[in-house]
Amino acid sequence: MAISNHPSAPNDAQQAMITLDAPRLTRAKPLLRALGLHKRYGRITAAEQVSLEVYAGEVLGIVGESGSGKSSVLRLLNLEELPDAGEYTLDLPGYEGVNLFGLDRFQRREVAHVHIGIVYQNPHLGLRMRYTSSGNVAERLLITGERSYRALRQAARDSLSASEFPLDRMDDPPRVLSGGMQQRVQLAKAIALRPRILLLDEPTTGLDVSVQAAVLDTLKRLQRERHMAMVIVSHDLGVIRALADRVMVMRGGRVVEAGLADQVLDDPQHAYTQQLVHAKL
Amino acid sequence: MVLLTVTNFTKSFYIHHLGRAIPAFQALDFTLQAGQFLLVSGQNGAGKSTLLRCLYRTYLPTSGSAVYSSLHGEIDLARAADADIMLLRREEIGFVTQFLRPRPRVSASELVAESLYADAMTLDEARPHAEHLLSDFGVKAELWGAYPTTFSGGEQQRVNLARALIAPRRLILLDEPTASLDAAARNALVRRLTALKQDGVTFIGIFHHPEDVRGLIDGEIRLQGVNDGDIVAD
Repeated sequence: MAISNHPSAPNDAQQAMITLDAPRLTRAKPLLRALGLHKRYGRITAAEQVSLEVYAGEVLGIVGESGSGKSSVLRLLNLEELPDAGEYTLDLPGYEGVNLFGLDRFQRREVAHVHIGIVYQNPHLGLRMRYTSSGNVAERLLITGERSYRALRQAARDSLSASEFPLDRMDDPPRVLSGGMQQRVQLAKAIALRPRILLLDEPTTGLDVSVQAAVLDTLKRLQRERHMAMVIVSHDLGVIRALADRVMVMRGGRVVEAGLADQVLDDPQHAYTQQLVHAKL
Repeated sequence: MVLLTVTNFTKSFYIHHLGRAIPAFQALDFTLQAGQFLLVSGQNGAGKSTLLRCLYRTYLPTSGSAVYSSLHGEIDLARAADADIMLLRREEIGFVTQFLRPRPRVSASELVAESLYADAMTLDEARPHAEHLLSDFGVKAELWGAYPTTFSGGEQQRVNLARALIAPRRLILLDEPTASLDAAARNALVRRLTALKQDGVTFIGIFHHPEDVRGLIDGEIRLQGVNDGDIVAD
């Protein structure tokens, strides 16, 4: 075994950010690709030069403190808002190379409804709290043109069941359900049309630890079975570690660090990421 | 065939709030032939685990290269794209850690099976393989469906070994896999490693008691830590 000695002193007092090579072995193309996203709200910069790629079957976690721009990026990816600059493409039949931000309002809504599901931290944003839970999910299915009550109900039941929602409560309105169950209804609605992309904005924040674990478990199983590209925003590094393959750290609208989840959490390079990781209880 | 060529491989941790770098190991050079079993030795803090983690890319190497000859082509593990590292972790490179990281509400058999069914096998197809291996490592059948969160250290480590060693891999990194194992489990592990080595699997391992695997070792690198001297080799 050949070993040589290089007794030179470490010379990395000024730590430069390390750049990685472009993919060489991976044949797959990213399913979702965003390039150079810029978004300002008045004087506030929510996103500046944010670029990201997510492959099918992969989970990207976005972490950062409140106001870092995480949720703004998610709203852009959900086509709820348009950026001041940037491109967004999905590698889906009929959309190859199309910048989705350039589509008209109706086309954007169709792409979002058919190909992208979202779960918000606040269930009021995603659900009609006084409709039945099954009705909330069925509503998403109307876009397919399905009008048969039986078919809609069956599809809603299937989706609620995949989200591990107790079916004997499917006709209860979300307002009478617990926080964990409301998130399962949101999830059922988000995945009802079998989207290729699932966006999650603090999906377990505010839930009991045991409920949180159960919801994370459901997400993990769904992600594996359906091979979706998932983007999860959370300030909880435990949630990110449990779910994400890769992590992007945001601060002040900028990405300060991105990498494999275990690498970013166990060997953070940027000063801000080191602070975040060390602040974890 | 050379599987891994490590050149000038260096890792230091730059700690921003201290304003300085803490060196772990420095300017390592070694090559590893396919099918070899390489022992990494050295005192606590010499950088043994750090070396394995740098090769697996849980840690980002500071400089140097580790060129691995994958089935898809040659690649420098030190600077490979995240997507390529994820591909290699799914298909070629395994890591046996010292501790299991159990997930809430995931049973022992499912934890073990999931490394298999990630590779195009269903959970139901993977489960019997998982249970077979759990039984090899001496995990009793009544625990297969239980959640390892509450298992003892030794039981968790058996689940961890089964989880890490179930899927076929070309290169396996072992970070003190025998820690917290009793003699029976240790023997089961050695049997498994011996069988894998006969199948041509390459290993880089850290062992608190190298005599456990004495018969398997083909070479050794000893890390002395960058603070107290140079790196030496046997």
